[in-house]
Amino acid sequence: MASLENAAEPEAWFKLDRDGRKLAVGGAWTIAESARLDRELAALNLSEHGAVAIDASKISRLDSAGAWLLLRTRRALEGADAKVSDLHLPELYRPLLETLDQPRKSEPRKSRIPAGFRGRLYKIGRTAAHTLFQTLSMLGYLGRVTVETIEAFAKPKHNLRIAAIFQQIEETGINALPIVGLLSFLIGVVIAYQGITQLRQFGAELLTIDGLGIITLREMGVLMTAIIVAGRSGSAFTAHIGSMRVNQEIDAMQTMGLNTVDTLVLPRIIGLVVALPLLTLYADIMGLMGGAIMCYFDLGVTFPAFMRELQQALEVKTLMVGLVKAPVFAFVIALVGCYEGFQVERNAASVGLLTTRSVVESVFLVIVLDAAFSVMFSVLGI
Amino acid sequence: MKSVQHQNGREKEAVIRIRGLVNGFGSKLLHDHIDLDVHRGEVLGVVGGSGAGKSVLLRSIVGLNRPKEGTVEVFGQPTSEEIESPAMRALEMRWGVLFQEGALFSSQTVTENIQVPLREYTSMGQELMDEIAEIKLAMVGLPCETGDKYPSELSGGMKKRAGLARALALDPELLFLDEPTSGLDPISANQFDELVTQLRDILGLTVFLVTHDIDTLRAVPDRIAVLVNQKLVIGTIEELRKNKDPWIQEYFSGVRGRAALASKDTASEEAR
Repeated sequence: MASLENAAEPEAWFKLDRDGRKLAVGGAWTIAESARLDRELAALNLSEHGAVAIDASKISRLDSAGAWLLLRTRRALEGADAKVSDLHLPELYRPLLETLDQPRKSEPRKSRIPAGFRGRLYKIGRTAAHTLFQTLSMLGYLGRVTVETIEAFAKPKHNLRIAAIFQQIEETGINALPIVGLLSFLIGVVIAYQGITQLRQFGAELLTIDGLGIITLREMGVLMTAIIVAGRSGSAFTAHIGSMRVNQEIDAMQTMGLNTVDTLVLPRIIGLVVALPLLTLYADIMGLMGGAIMCYFDLGVTFPAFMRELQQALEVKTLMVGLVKAPVFAFVIALVGCYEGFQVERNAASVGLLTTRSVVESVFLVIVLDAAFSVMFSVLGI
Repeated sequence: MKSVQHQNGREKEAVIRIRGLVNGFGSKLLHDHIDLDVHRGEVLGVVGGSGAGKSVLLRSIVGLNRPKEGTVEVFGQPTSEEIESPAMRALEMRWGVLFQEGALFSSQTVTENIQVPLREYTSMGQELMDEIAEIKLAMVGLPCETGDKYPSELSGGMKKRAGLARALALDPELLFLDEPTSGLDPISANQFDELVTQLRDILGLTVFLVTHDIDTLRAVPDRIAVLVNQKLVIGTIEELRKNKDPWIQEYFSGVRGRAALASKDTASEEAR
C-alpha cells in the first residue's frame, strides 16, 4: 500500500542536550514524519525538565502538521510553567507558525446524554417518542393521501395525471412480468412436488392438484407477487422520491405550486393498485402451470385431466379471495414507499437507509394484513 | 504578486505538464491539442465559457477522465494509469482536490471527512488526527464546533471551506480548485481568495484554479489560461486584455470585467 511514510526525505530529528535545558529540532518536520515524531515526543516527557528552550533553526522543511507538533510542544512546556524563549525558526516558516498559533475559539461540545442508568432511560424514552411520532405522522400521511385521492376522483380533470399513471403501470406491472412469472412458476413446481411426495404416502396424490389450486389462488399467488413488488417497486418509489428530495426537486415543485401528492404519490398508488391485481392473476396462472407440468411428469396427469380436477376443487370464490387482497397490498406498498421517500434527508446515506426501511415495513405490513384477511375470512366463513 | 521561492523550488519546474491533449464527446471536440505547463509555486487560473471544458480539463489532469490523445504528467508521472494503481496513489497523496460542491462524504462528520486521507496514508494516533483536523478547520476559517456537524447541516460556503480543509489534510504540494467561489457571497468569496493566496505564500502551494469569478481572477492567479475555441490562450491579465479574440475581449472588457479590473487599477494607483 502506498503510504506517505515511505517517501524518501531528510529525516526529522530532535535532541535534548545533556542537562535537559534545550531541545534542538531539525530536518523535515512534515506530515510524513508526524506520526513518529508524535510518539517520540510523547515518550520524551518534556514537562519534567523545567525550563527548556527550543532551537528550531535546523528545520529544513516544515508543513502545517510539523508546525503543529512544534507548537504543541511549546504549549506543553508553557503549560508546565516553563518559560520558552524564541524558537529561532527559519524566517520562511514563521508565517505558518503564526497562522496556526491562535487560541481555541471554543471548547468541544459535550454530549447531552447523561451517563449510566439515566442515559439508558433517556435513550429508551427517545426511541419510544420517535416511534410514536413516526406512527402519528404515517397516519397523518394516510389521511392526507386518502383525502387527495377522493378529491382527485371528484374532479379528475385537474388532479389525475393519466400519462403518469400509465407510466407507473408499465414500470411496476408490465416490467415485472418476467420475474413474477418465473418465481410463481417455480413456486408452483415446488408446491406440487412437495404435495405429491407427502400425499403419495396415503395414496392420495391426486389431491395435490386440489391443494395446489387452493394454496396458489388464495395465498401464494398474491403474497409472492406483493412481496416481489414491495422489493422491486416499493424500494424504487422511495429511492426515486428520496433522490428528488436530495436534489431539492421536491422543493422546486412546491415553489411552483405543484402538489407533490398529486404529481408523485397518486400516480404511483393508482398505478400499483391497477397493476398488482393483474400481476396476481398472471402469477396465479403461472403457478398453476408450474404445478401442471410437475403433475404431468411425476403423476402422468395430462393437462386436460389436470384442468378437470382443478375445476372440481375450485370455485370462483377461491380466486376472488386471493384477488381481493391485491389492491389493499398495493395501496400499502405504494403508500409506505412514497412516505419513506419524503422522509429522506439531504444526504446520500439517508436514501439507502430509508429504502431499506421502506421494503422491510411494506413486506411486514403485507404479511400482517394477509393474516388479518385470513382471520376475517374465517370469521365470515368464506 | 511574488511567489515564494522554496528551497527545492527551481523556479521553472513544471508541476503539471500537458502535451497535445485532445478531449471530446462524440463528434464534439472540447480540447484540440492543448499544451500547458504549470510551474511550482504559481497559481494558474483557468477560465472559459460554460461547457467549454474547464472541468473536463481538471478531470483529465487528476486522472478521472481518460483523454482521447496526448499526455498529462503531474510531478513527472503520467496520470493516464488506472486511478487506483500504486503509482497514482503516490501522486494522489501529493495533491488535494476541491470539487465544486465540496464533495464531502455525507455519512461522516466534517472532522471524519478531514481525517479520511490521514487515516489512509499515515499511522497517526487518534489524538493527533483530531488536533490536525482542528487546525485545518482553523486554517480555512471554520469554527471548531463545525467539526462535529454532518455535511447536510452546513451551508454552501461552509461546505466549500470544509472541502478545502479536507483537500489540505495531507499538506499537499498541488491544489486543484474547481470553482471555489461560485455560489458564495462576495464577502466569503473575497475571504476565500485571500485564503488561497495566503496558503500559496505560507505553504508554497501550486494551485490550479478553475473559476468564473473575475474578481478572483484579478486577485489570485499569477497567470490565466483561457479556454476558447478548443485551445488555451495563456498570459497575465494585462496580456489577455490586449488579446484580439472576441470572446476574451468580451470577457475582460464586458461590463462586469471592466468594473472588476477598474477597481484593480485604482487600487494599484493608490498603492503607489
